[in-house]
Amino acid sequence: MRVFKYLVAHWRVILVIILLLLIQAFCDLALPRYTAGIVDVGILQFGIENPSDGQLEQFARAISTQDFSGLGFDPQETQLSYLLFVGAQMLGITAVGALVAIAISFLASRTAATIARDLRQRLFERVVSFSDAEVQHFSAASLITRSTNDVQQIQMTCFIAMRMVLFAPIMAIGGIIMVLSTDVSMSWIIVLAIVVVISSIAVLMAVAMPKFKIMQTLIDRVNLVAREIITGLPVIRAFNRQSFEKERFDDANETLRRTQLFTNRAMAFMQPVVQLAMNGTSILIVWTAAGFIDAGSLQTGQMIAFINYAMVIITSFMMMSMVAIMLPRAEVAAARIDEVLATDPSIVDPECPLDDQLSSTGGAAISFEDVTFSYDEDSEPVLQDISFVVPTGSTTAIVGATGSGKSTILKLLMRFYDVNEGVISIDGIDVRNLSQATLRKQFGFVPQNSFLFNGSIEDNISYASSDLDEDTLHAVSAIAQANSFIAQKEEGYAFELSQGGTNVSGGQRQRLAIARALAQRSARAFLFDDSFSALDYATDAALRSALAEKLSDKTKIIVAQRIATIRDCDNIIVLDGGRIVGQGTHAQLLQSCDVYKEIAKSQLSEAELGGGAA
Amino acid sequence: MSAAQQVPRARMGGHSPQSVRMGLDKPQDFKGTIAKVLRYLKPYRPHLVFVGIFAIASTLFNVFGPKVLSLATTEIFEGSAARLAGTGGIDFSVVANILLATLALYLCSSACGFIQSWIMAGVSQDISYSLRRDIEAKIDRMPFSYFERNSTGDVLSRITNDIDTLGQTLSQGITTLITSLITFFGVLAMMLYISPLLTLVSLVMVPIAALLVRFVVSKSQKYYRAQQELLGTINATVEETFSGHLVVRAFSQEERTIEGFDSSNSTLYQAAWKSQFITSLMMPIMNFVSNAGYVLVAILGGMLALQRVITVGDIQAFVQYVREFTRPIQQLSQVANVLQSMAAAAERVFAFLDEEEISDAKESKELGRVRGKVEFRHVQFSYEKDKPVIKDFNATIEPGQTVALVGLTGAGKTTMVKLLMRFYDVDGGAIVLDGCDIREIDRSTLREQFAMVLQETWLFSGSIRENIRYGKLDATDEEVEEAAKAARAHWFISTLPGAYDFEINEDATNISAGQRQLITIARASLSNRSMLNLDEATS
Repeated sequence: MRVFKYLVAHWRVILVIILLLLIQAFCDLALPRYTAGIVDVGILQFGIENPSDGQLEQFARAISTQDFSGLGFDPQETQLSYLLFVGAQMLGITAVGALVAIAISFLASRTAATIARDLRQRLFERVVSFSDAEVQHFSAASLITRSTNDVQQIQMTCFIAMRMVLFAPIMAIGGIIMVLSTDVSMSWIIVLAIVVVISSIAVLMAVAMPKFKIMQTLIDRVNLVAREIITGLPVIRAFNRQSFEKERFDDANETLRRTQLFTNRAMAFMQPVVQLAMNGTSILIVWTAAGFIDAGSLQTGQMIAFINYAMVIITSFMMMSMVAIMLPRAEVAAARIDEVLATDPSIVDPECPLDDQLSSTGGAAISFEDVTFSYDEDSEPVLQDISFVVPTGSTTAIVGATGSGKSTILKLLMRFYDVNEGVISIDGIDVRNLSQATLRKQFGFVPQNSFLFNGSIEDNISYASSDLDEDTLHAVSAIAQANSFIAQKEEGYAFELSQGGTNVSGGQRQRLAIARALAQRSARAFLFDDSFSALDYATDAALRSALAEKLSDKTKIIVAQRIATIRDCDNIIVLDGGRIVGQGTHAQLLQSCDVYKEIAKSQLSEAELGGGAA
Repeated sequence: MSAAQQVPRARMGGHSPQSVRMGLDKPQDFKGTIAKVLRYLKPYRPHLVFVGIFAIASTLFNVFGPKVLSLATTEIFEGSAARLAGTGGIDFSVVANILLATLALYLCSSACGFIQSWIMAGVSQDISYSLRRDIEAKIDRMPFSYFERNSTGDVLSRITNDIDTLGQTLSQGITTLITSLITFFGVLAMMLYISPLLTLVSLVMVPIAALLVRFVVSKSQKYYRAQQELLGTINATVEETFSGHLVVRAFSQEERTIEGFDSSNSTLYQAAWKSQFITSLMMPIMNFVSNAGYVLVAILGGMLALQRVITVGDIQAFVQYVREFTRPIQQLSQVANVLQSMAAAAERVFAFLDEEEISDAKESKELGRVRGKVEFRHVQFSYEKDKPVIKDFNATIEPGQTVALVGLTGAGKTTMVKLLMRFYDVDGGAIVLDGCDIREIDRSTLREQFAMVLQETWLFSGSIRENIRYGKLDATDEEVEEAAKAARAHWFISTLPGAYDFEINEDATNISAGQRQLITIARASLSNRSMLNLDEATS
């Protein structure tokens, strides 16, 4: 049981909790005994404990005749003093029990919250240390659920485990001890009751459990279809597929309804059955006890106590079976969390990084030598025999069809993945011999999806350089062509972006992502992963000329789809199906590379093509 | 796509099935919402009447049980005393009769309880189902602008979380309300019947219990709310960091990100344990109160029993009643919370259902196969007032013509497409198709004329074949493949495992953006319509 593993780590607190639970159980179990005393001693014996047989007979006669004169003492007085004595004891025990219960809650809630906090932290740190491969393997969405909902589930289960899982067996054992010490062979009734309760719960669970298991899948399905309907609204309306979607949703909805109805109705059995079993037990005890009382081997108060203990035992067993139902669900959550924690990042820093061998100024010199790479061992390589050199301060472009491996080149360069064969080096040093942080500080990277964070524009631009001064902030925004639209915002640089930057347009997002990369002062090379795609041609051109002018000494690698964006680059690499099929300037490629020619033809006019070739 | 991927944050924390739903949300208009819920319940009135009857019956039988059983105890006690005194013994036939009567009572109680839950489960599931169905149908009738103003996650959380809460709290709320009220008064009546004096003494505990419950509930709500808020914050951080994982790593911001997370995590820890601790105070406190009442009753009862004012069995029954008495008080205080969160959930659901719809009132004109002449006449449009996107646009497109709209980012290119398809209606001017103002054409008829490939490539989870066939539902496999070939998608589809049967996953992340686009083009070309709109689909 993985859940218990989390608790074992806090074994000292758990020991204290078990100790306190024992005290609580003792307090809870003591009360019925006192009740028995009130009836048997307080009423039947006028508060006189351990009377002789003769006295007993005398008392009984006095009670049935209501003539207390022959007792030789004032029965009301002895009774009152006894009852007050017992009452004070009961109150004391109850108070102790309550205080102990509060102490247990205190410890249990703190421990459960600690477990959750530590798990959350370990998960978060682990995921942050992951390389792209691990994140893709789990998917970001799944990692999010694991670190949020699953952790909550564990916290809840741990708390309940400390309060109930440990308490129920203690109470059950305590109750059984009390019953055996009272007993005149009525224990079989309790055994019978437990068998009835447990087996009916077991039958119910056997029937309902499979449905419970698929429930989450069904809820997810409803959610998925609904989400697709909302995100695909334009398409659905454009194709008039409303009734198709309605059917798709209704399928999911109806299945969910049937399953939930089934489980709800199965559960509808639970309470009445258990209630009946408990009430039936009381009745059976009273009937059996009547015989013993008549025979003089049991007293009425003891019978009442016996009923109480029976209820304690049955409730404990019920709690235990509930826990048995609950634990598998927590197990699933724990397994999902453990899976993440057990996954090691595939990319780790070298033991002796050669960080100090890097040059500190000027543009980075980058080279790929016979690089081959595939995301999966079994799958076809995404890149094959890639070799090229990017001299310091030059601008290199990578073009090619969708899926030809352009972005992968940048990811390999930043060491989000390691190559299968060949070497990638920067300033002549293999990237695998550098610490990841130092390596990545060499780059100003603009990701394809221009992901922005929740926060102000300024926060986002100065993401990697928190002490960015205002002049630099304005300067990089100007190069990225972002200053004009920022100026149009009432709040300017203080404008709050929503998560993912969804409250600005795609083009604005790209420009902010570019500004963020430019603000990375340690950067000696800038990597643009299809970063101009959402910009119109005019902005694109302005941006490129600003880059060329202000960052002439830095190395630049531009991944692009549009020929116009890259035609002036020093070197253009043409990728097709993971291989380099052409390398050279725009003019050279138009002559020598068919793939390039085809791409260029589809985008540029004849005049432009001619101009480029000249 | 990123907007679609956002998970509803604020209410994400309390998902786990075990978590106690507290009155976290307060509805704006409790009465109005309850009235709407009641209107929704109208068709189920007969069901609810039965639910009420069976709930009351079940509770009443249950309330009588202890009193009847106590007669047996008294009989045994007095019989045993008589036997000791030598004046008689236990009359077993009387005891047997009493016990059989008790058994019958309990049997009836359980049976009624079961029938009640059975019916209620049906009602609440029916309601959840039809609410979900209504929301889906409502989405269909709403203008695009709504979904541009509101996140997908928000609507989704209404479909799942809110309706779930509504369904659960509805059955829970109604049943608990009935049973605890009946239990409260039933038990009170039984107590008064047994001994008014004892009742008076034990009632002293009621206001104390009520006060304590209120105190704990209000305190715990405060911490619960704090916990939920912090959970929301931390979930947002997690979501953002994991989605932007590449950026965090690229800029080597791991440490700073972890530091930020750790500090919110510690704050959450404080709120989390406090919330849980205070909530769990309820049980020991109520236990103490009920035990204190129990002790009082036992002592006073013992004295009264000696004077034959009450019997031993009465003490036993009374003790049981005192214990039962605190439960409905506790439950009623929770019902208030349950009803509140029900109303809050219902309010969100109904608010969505009451949103403004697109009017289709005077649209009537039917179109045949159109030739495809499109005229834009002085078209004006703005998404928000005073921020015109299109000011005075004029153009005429002849049938068969290919027209390109170019312009700066945000210049309104996509908007023109949306206006043409009547996703929005123009504010001024008119768009005329074959001489007919498109506002006079039924929306779906109009849209049937266009094949559209949008900037955002939407695919649903299902096979590639199903996705392409979406353009024409009765297309044969050959037609699907033809369309794929025309869109130059056939080659890459053949390389996928299962080819056309390759399952596209949620958010279509298992194929690339370019491939998504090709599939959407294939889908559009399959639909074979008069006009093809390509909205930056080839970028």
